[in-house]
Amino acid sequence: MAERSSLSATGLSGARLSGAGVAHALRLEGVSRHFGALVALDAVDLEVTAGERRAVLGSNGAGKTTLFNAITGDFPPTAGRIQFFGEDVTSLPVHERIRRGLRRTYQHSLLFRGLSVLDNLYLAVRGVSRGRYSFRRPRRDDAALRSARELVHLVHLDHVAGTVVANLAYGQQRQLEIGMALAGAPRMVLFDEPAAGLSARERRELIEILRSLPRHIGYIIIEHDLDVALRVVDRVTMMHNGRIFKEGTPGEIENDPQVQQIYLGGGHG
Amino acid sequence: MASISDDRARAAAPGAAVERAPLRLPKGWAYLPLALVLLTFPLYANGFWIVQIGAYSMILGIIALSLMFLAGYGGMVSLAQMSVAGCAAYFFAILGHSSAEAISLGWSAWLTLPLSLLIATAFATMIGLLASRTAGIYTIMITLAIAVAFFYFTRQNYDLFNGFNGFAQVEPPHFFGLDWRQPLPFFYLTLVVSALCYAAVVYLRRSTFGLTVQALRDNQRRMRALGYHVTGHQVAAYAASGFMAALGGLLLVWLNTRISPGTIGVGPVIDILIIAVLGGLRHPIGPFVGALAFVLLDNFAIDLIDRERFNTVIGLCFLAVVLFSPDGLLGLWEEARAALTRERRPRD
Ligand SMILES: Nc1ncnc2c1ncn2[C@@H]1O[C@H](COP(=O)(O)OP(=O)(O)O)[C@@H](O)[C@H]1O
Ligand SMILES: [Mg+2]
Repeated sequence: MAERSSLSATGLSGARLSGAGVAHALRLEGVSRHFGALVALDAVDLEVTAGERRAVLGSNGAGKTTLFNAITGDFPPTAGRIQFFGEDVTSLPVHERIRRGLRRTYQHSLLFRGLSVLDNLYLAVRGVSRGRYSFRRPRRDDAALRSARELVHLVHLDHVAGTVVANLAYGQQRQLEIGMALAGAPRMVLFDEPAAGLSARERRELIEILRSLPRHIGYIIIEHDLDVALRVVDRVTMMHNGRIFKEGTPGEIENDPQVQQIYLGGGHG
Repeated sequence: MASISDDRARAAAPGAAVERAPLRLPKGWAYLPLALVLLTFPLYANGFWIVQIGAYSMILGIIALSLMFLAGYGGMVSLAQMSVAGCAAYFFAILGHSSAEAISLGWSAWLTLPLSLLIATAFATMIGLLASRTAGIYTIMITLAIAVAFFYFTRQNYDLFNGFNGFAQVEPPHFFGLDWRQPLPFFYLTLVVSALCYAAVVYLRRSTFGLTVQALRDNQRRMRALGYHVTGHQVAAYAASGFMAALGGLLLVWLNTRISPGTIGVGPVIDILIIAVLGGLRHPIGPFVGALAFVLLDNFAIDLIDRERFNTVIGLCFLAVVLFSPDGLLGLWEEARAALTRERRPRD
């Protein structure tokens, strides 16, 4: 199948070094998404370099999740172009984008509730490798199964690896949600409010997980909690009413009066 | 590292926990008595019990098992499984021997057998392609529509399907020098195919393919976000379960020695759904339990009430099971066991 090449080197070669020597992992040009008359995303331009860690902040309904849905293809944009590592992926179906190294988590966990934690992560690894249609059971030393076990460990779920997801605590489901996005060889991960609803301790663990990610994995994180967001990113993008209105380093954003007014003053939650 | 506190364990999804926990049935040696009963059944039963009850139950069980695999694991309720079975039966008659000599090609069974399985599986694949565009109730609707269309097509097409009459004198091949129409060989043949199908489903559940099928049931959007071509996996599931239904269809035509539109009409199509739900969709033994109950009712309800009321009886049984045990007869078994365990350990 086609993913063999795509997982290795596609897009990482020439196209990656476009612009002024900057490697663009993701480039959005005039991306819009309409839901009927509602403009959830309004001509958004966005550039994220390879390995960059970015936060997207904005009040509820600002269009952050819609931005993710447009990037992954869950809800393809109604206008605009999306490039992923130099390749135009605007018209590709979701699974093709994923096979090119894009990953995401969902704001409201979408997990295989009837399967165990290990099965969930095994399927996550299998989804971006060969043998998806295999009628065989994975052998004990199967490479995908081994990576799945490593992921279980990475998201601190070893003690519940065999537990059916429906029986997991909320925080554990959120952690599994993150593990699902780290399977295979991600090049960029989109985290949609991973810390929402977590306890202080679970938040610390989340930060630990995010910081322990290999440096070449870039990510975009949507996070309401500035404490979490600003500690794990290089740059911040501010959204409001489907538009991007500010971009900067965490320090710049924290001290920006306009941001404080709209984001911190405006009700969110 | 013991990381996450369990304080919100139950808050996560109240009720959902019980919903899909795997059904716990006895393991390993506990099945020895059942295996012995099945293997020695022809020794103490007469021809009617061996074939009309025993073999027929297993055949319906195989076809219902193909539905259980699709619906129980994959969340795709297809009403066209009987049509796929019928398709295999029809093509075995069309390509091989039957009373309709003008149509039947008279090819060797070594050719007709794999070909009819292949054609039926292709039919199931096509059904999968159509049905994968739908979900839930619409899957039921479209597969029912296909089943009904196939029924009318076979009834009105005389060139290939011999219309209303269908095909008679369709006989199992005489391989290994045995007459497989005799009750004993046929019973064991059916038993072996049933056991193989059962074992296949048990094995497949933990295979990569089986896990993807269960993932289809749980969350297709997430599957896409993991890199899966969801339609591809749906169609594969229809094809695999169609192959199993086709096996059942061949056994069915050998048992009846005939195939006609009546075998694949709306009644039989719905019966398969009833059998699968009656037995329970969560474990591959369910369809066989359901089929046995169905066949017993079918044969002996007549002693209690008149023939015409059979549908009322099966309907009421169906209703009772669905109302009192969402997991079918298997669920009743589990509840009984749970009750017994509770009695033994009152302070649990
Ligand atoms: N699938 C959808 N159908 C209709 N409207 C939607 C859909 N998804 C999002 N919206 C609307 O788009 C706007 C942006 O939503 P969203 O991207 O979820 O915001 P955020 O994630 O920033 O809170 C909201 O007004 C929301 O109601
Ligand atoms: Mg959101």
